[in-house]
Amino acid sequence: MPASDLVQHMKQGLASPICLTWELTYSCNLQCIHCLSSSGVRDPRELSTEQAFAVLDELRDLQVFYINIGGGEPMIRRDFFDILERAEANGIGVKFSTNGAFIDAENARRLAAMNYLDIQISIDGADAATNDHVRGEGSFAKAIAAMNHLRDANFGRFKISVVVTRQNVAQLDAFKKLADEYGAQLRITRLRPSGRGADTWDQLHPTQEQQREIHRWLINHGENVLTGDSFFHLNALGDSIPGLNLCGAGRVVCLIDPIGDVYACPFVIHEEFKAGNVLESGFTAVWRSSELFTSLREPESAGACASCGSFDACQGGCMAAKFFTGLPLDGPDPECVKGYGESALSAVPVQIKPKPAMDHSRRLVRA
Amino acid sequence: MSITLESACELHPQVALRPEEFGALAYHYGNRRLIFLKHPDVVAVVKTLGEHDTLASALSAQGIEANRWPSFLAALNQLETSEIVRAR
Repeated sequence: MPASDLVQHMKQGLASPICLTWELTYSCNLQCIHCLSSSGVRDPRELSTEQAFAVLDELRDLQVFYINIGGGEPMIRRDFFDILERAEANGIGVKFSTNGAFIDAENARRLAAMNYLDIQISIDGADAATNDHVRGEGSFAKAIAAMNHLRDANFGRFKISVVVTRQNVAQLDAFKKLADEYGAQLRITRLRPSGRGADTWDQLHPTQEQQREIHRWLINHGENVLTGDSFFHLNALGDSIPGLNLCGAGRVVCLIDPIGDVYACPFVIHEEFKAGNVLESGFTAVWRSSELFTSLREPESAGACASCGSFDACQGGCMAAKFFTGLPLDGPDPECVKGYGESALSAVPVQIKPKPAMDHSRRLVRA
Repeated sequence: MSITLESACELHPQVALRPEEFGALAYHYGNRRLIFLKHPDVVAVVKTLGEHDTLASALSAQGIEANRWPSFLAALNQLETSEIVRAR
């Protein structure tokens, strides 16, 4: 079967997701200015341990091979290790994203003793100044301390996860060097205008020249760097970056949020992309027959991009990036490398940009 | 090629297979690699490799015609490289 047929199958949706992101909690010790899920304060409706176990049992029955756990900061949950152990017992691999603040020597040893576990430590700068501007004061030092604990505990090859921004594009080599020093795997992903990122995207997203730099860097280093397939919009620049080159939302991936709502992907926490809730119908029914996911699996229209020769390469880019910048979903990505996004953006009135469904940011305390 | 028609093989014990319309997804829990098995016949052969003394016997048992054997041999060697199947 040719590769294009395989892509066609994936566009029509798989029997179960290839992988799935599960934000365990909206609670977070940090307040990153680009947080996809606007995390900060715990939601009182957060799934209980028993409810979380029921989800894991359903994922086992669906043969979901691995899940990406995130948040918020997932390690804040008191039953965090119980959830990891249940996943392991169910044969579900776990990759979890953390800011590292709770990885002390003891927790590092505990994590190192588990199978089927990958850890992604998030940093968004190769030095404290660049990182802390986005993730908050002291967050770089905490992430480095976590990496040291993982190394000392012989955890093995953990991942360092970076959201590429205007401020850190020039540090891609430095990130790679840092990862190599720890024997770690570098993972870089695209900044989305989602969650609090909607408010900071204008100042953080890479410039057109920087996008070309990212593309060149990925062509040179792509085989050794993970991207979560998030940069396929850059493929319109020429050579293809390794990866599936398609939007997997509702087709091969999805998101379960801390209260059990299921969204098409981690970047679209908004009513319009909510397919259902695991407590109401179970995850399987949402994945296989929700109205939203069914419609996402139908052939898409290239819309305004139909006349552009690069549509096959970039697939029109990222649905979430378009949605939260107020652009139509069947038109160019706001970061379209051919420049069609910029002109489309200039025509979007500020007030029509959709707001995320929920905001769990901590409120500033007034004096 | 290290796997021949005479090889005794098996699905790698760290690999899980999940049926999909196009064939199956194979996930290796050790190297964390995800591989697409793009034909139901390949899936059927891979699943039953362990029950046969040779690859040829596994292919015959699944009713795979001899003119398709070379492509199956190539596919299985690829799967061996990805550690989805192994010699035993």
